[in-house]
Amino acid sequence: MNQVLGEAAPVSAENRISDEVLLKVDNVSLSFGGVKAIRDVSFDIKKGEVRAIIGPNGAGKTSMLNSINGFYHPQEGTITYQGKTRRRMKPYIAATQGIARTFQNVALFRGMSTLDNIISGRTLKMKTGLFWQMLRKGPVEQDEFRHREFVEHIIDFLEIQAIRRTPVGRLPYGLQKRVELGRALAMEPTLLLLDEPMAGMNLEEKRDMSRFIIDANEQLGTTIALIEHDMGVVMDLSDRVVVLDHGEMIADGTPAEVQANQKVIDAYLGVSH
Amino acid sequence: MSEANASRPHDAELNTIPKLLLRNAKTFASQPAYREKYLGIWQTWNWQETRDQVRDFALGLHALGLQRGDSVAIVGDNRPRLYATFVTAQSLGGMPVPVYQDSVADEMAYVLEHAGVKYAVVENQEQVDKILSITDQVPTLEKIIYIEPRGLQKYDHTNLHSFAQVQQMGRDSMQAKPELEQWWLDEIAKGKGEDACVMLYTSGTTGRPKGVRLTFDNQIISARNANQFDKLNEQDEIIAYLPMAWVGDNIFSLAQAYDAGFCVACPESPETVQADRREIGPTFFFAPPRGFENQLTDITVRMEDAGGFKRWLYSMFLRVADRCGEKILEGKSVNPYNRFMYWLGNMFVYGPLRNRLGLSRTRIAYTAGEAMGPEMFKFYRSIGVNLKQLYGQTEASVYVTAQPDGEIYPDTVGKPSKDVELKIADSGEVLYRSPGVFQEYHKNEEATKSTKTDDGWVYSGDAGFIDNRGHLVIIDRAKDVGKLNDGSVFAPKYLENKIKFYPEVREAVAIGNGRDFATMMINIDLVSVGNWAERNNVIYASYQELAGHPDVYKMVERRVDELNQALKDEPRMAGSQIKRFLILIKELDADDGELTRTQKVRRTLIEDRYAPLYTALYDGSEMCHLETEVTFEDGRKGMIKGDVRIVDMQTYPSAAAPMQEAAE
Repeated sequence: MNQVLGEAAPVSAENRISDEVLLKVDNVSLSFGGVKAIRDVSFDIKKGEVRAIIGPNGAGKTSMLNSINGFYHPQEGTITYQGKTRRRMKPYIAATQGIARTFQNVALFRGMSTLDNIISGRTLKMKTGLFWQMLRKGPVEQDEFRHREFVEHIIDFLEIQAIRRTPVGRLPYGLQKRVELGRALAMEPTLLLLDEPMAGMNLEEKRDMSRFIIDANEQLGTTIALIEHDMGVVMDLSDRVVVLDHGEMIADGTPAEVQANQKVIDAYLGVSH
Repeated sequence: MSEANASRPHDAELNTIPKLLLRNAKTFASQPAYREKYLGIWQTWNWQETRDQVRDFALGLHALGLQRGDSVAIVGDNRPRLYATFVTAQSLGGMPVPVYQDSVADEMAYVLEHAGVKYAVVENQEQVDKILSITDQVPTLEKIIYIEPRGLQKYDHTNLHSFAQVQQMGRDSMQAKPELEQWWLDEIAKGKGEDACVMLYTSGTTGRPKGVRLTFDNQIISARNANQFDKLNEQDEIIAYLPMAWVGDNIFSLAQAYDAGFCVACPESPETVQADRREIGPTFFFAPPRGFENQLTDITVRMEDAGGFKRWLYSMFLRVADRCGEKILEGKSVNPYNRFMYWLGNMFVYGPLRNRLGLSRTRIAYTAGEAMGPEMFKFYRSIGVNLKQLYGQTEASVYVTAQPDGEIYPDTVGKPSKDVELKIADSGEVLYRSPGVFQEYHKNEEATKSTKTDDGWVYSGDAGFIDNRGHLVIIDRAKDVGKLNDGSVFAPKYLENKIKFYPEVREAVAIGNGRDFATMMINIDLVSVGNWAERNNVIYASYQELAGHPDVYKMVERRVDELNQALKDEPRMAGSQIKRFLILIKELDADDGELTRTQKVRRTLIEDRYAPLYTALYDGSEMCHLETEVTFEDGRKGMIKGDVRIVDMQTYPSAAAPMQEAAE
């Protein structure tokens, strides 16, 4: 039948969060020379949840994300992802295992269009080799159609049809962040790491972004770990929150629990020693 | 009806839109009825598929309990499924009530409650949320049906259904009882021309919106006349991007489309309209003057950034077009040299430009609603776009007057359309009577009485006159036309329109009724002035800062001076030359209630809110401090404050004695 408007397959909202632990961080410590970025941190991320990592500046949040996707190598402790424990990991392997991320300062290919940027997130899913790619015939063509269709779904999902062909360098910051999220989603990630997805956004953009994050979690079933400074956003979006301060974990729990935690209040508001 | 009859000598049988749908499904079967871009690719419904979609949805709504006479609200951007909803409701004897999709919850609550809406068919989660937030104010509302399921899975689905589900219900019930299809056809056959077929809420510059009830006869006769006037048929194609709650879209994209059988294309999203239009290439196109204005500003700005050669080419061929373009468009005689140059220009400039604008295939383009600058009007016509003006109202099913081909004057809105009678009241107000005239305002007998006389004449609320060519000229809203203290006519909108023709000016408010002289408050255009600032290294952080810049003031001052010089030559308006003006530190905004949703100035409210400025304009002061409230899109409020500079202008002696009486 002719489809003027497609119907997204309905995803049951029940049991969004399963008991299965997707990622477990055990006693991880990371230091750069004499600087201890992370000290003995342990927490887990359950499948299907939105997990926030918060903390004041320099608390070690980004270092934590970088450790999870294998960009940094913690000196101590282990990270268990999908039941497999590892000490050393490379970003490439993390990507093949379904971990996607966005960056604090947007890291897109500025001269390329939105479409091309998002399609670059499909690289790992491309089945055909360089030779066939160059011929651009037969299976490659079919492959490309499939990927393009997938990317179009993402464009529709993120409501960025109007900038499909615009080079991302010309886009305002808020839209670039959206394109970056699109590229991460193009990987069909199991675990999505978002490093300050709302930084530098105005209220309206934040609201849109929140909606996309919620939808990515609920409709696509993506597990999300996010770093965010906007407390309102964190409290609304996340299921559980880890609080870091000076590299140490000072609290872990639901937003309400964390908000009431005296140590967290002290870390954020400062306390006279 | 037979195939030979396809080019319609209109039989009286086809007196409702659902009947036209059945005719089209038979006659134009596999020709496209709707297009919509989905995942970047244009998808099509042909007329047969449209009929099936409507039938499924109708039987689904029937299963949900829709009765004859029930009102169905329709909220969203232009989507084939929402257009289908109109016809679905009509086929069951229901009344569609389209609502502006960007109206805030409050406005929507008023309309839904006033119309006694029982079903609401909406586009997406945003609209569902809005309606759910006001259900307690709309006791009649029973069911909400949405098209886009995204984000809505978690919602309680007792009274919430997806469009696809309802259609499935329709198909299921048809499978169980095949005679239902015949029942549906019988329901359509029951429809009569005098049945009310839609209720449209007018935005209203004052007070609450009024619900205008139109019948099938109103719509279909107007649409037929218009289709004949412009020779539209099933080969034509339009792009539907203006609000569905607006009468124009209702007539163009529904009544005219169903009568002529042409295809309606829906853009992918409101932001992609321009690109989508380029791909579709509509043959019949409507845009408010602001739409054409923005495009021209856009072109001008881009050309200023282009290289030297391109700029030279552009300006040279525009001069050629200016010289002979309009004559060529109207088929008048032009000397061979100019004809050759125009041919060249068409290849290098006009053709690509029309293509860029998505007007390559456009046979007829209309504009209406506000006056359009003569230069702009001429620009479009000279590059080969058959742009015409019409004058229409919700109460008239759009068409009151329209410009016939070959009789195009920028200052008129054309001759009375077919079957329309026109007269001018002593007060200068325009009255009309036509088959398109509305039945009544819903639940507002008083307003109906004061607008429509017993013998069918409607007070348009606009002041105007009929010129010696038989064309209607509109000068302003009748109630806004006032007098200066020296007795000369003061038509604020006339002045505002003139100043708005300059690209630097986005919005203006002229003041003068009951005063000694005319003054003006101006909003600069952030795109055009912003571009100027960029090219001249003027740094600014906000609208407010740019608006207060001395060079910007100088630029606007020059424009006001030009306006005064032009006014001095017009006998009716010479007294209204602007003596003082200021640039507002805040953009007038519909969210603050300063403009209507259709971007018309709300004078009383503005006078109230900017009272200190009104005083300052007339007490001779050079500076005025202003504090005013702004509403952000999410409903939160903030304050803007700052000093506003007021500039004195020179006025010129009139070339003719001022008119002592209101427009004839």
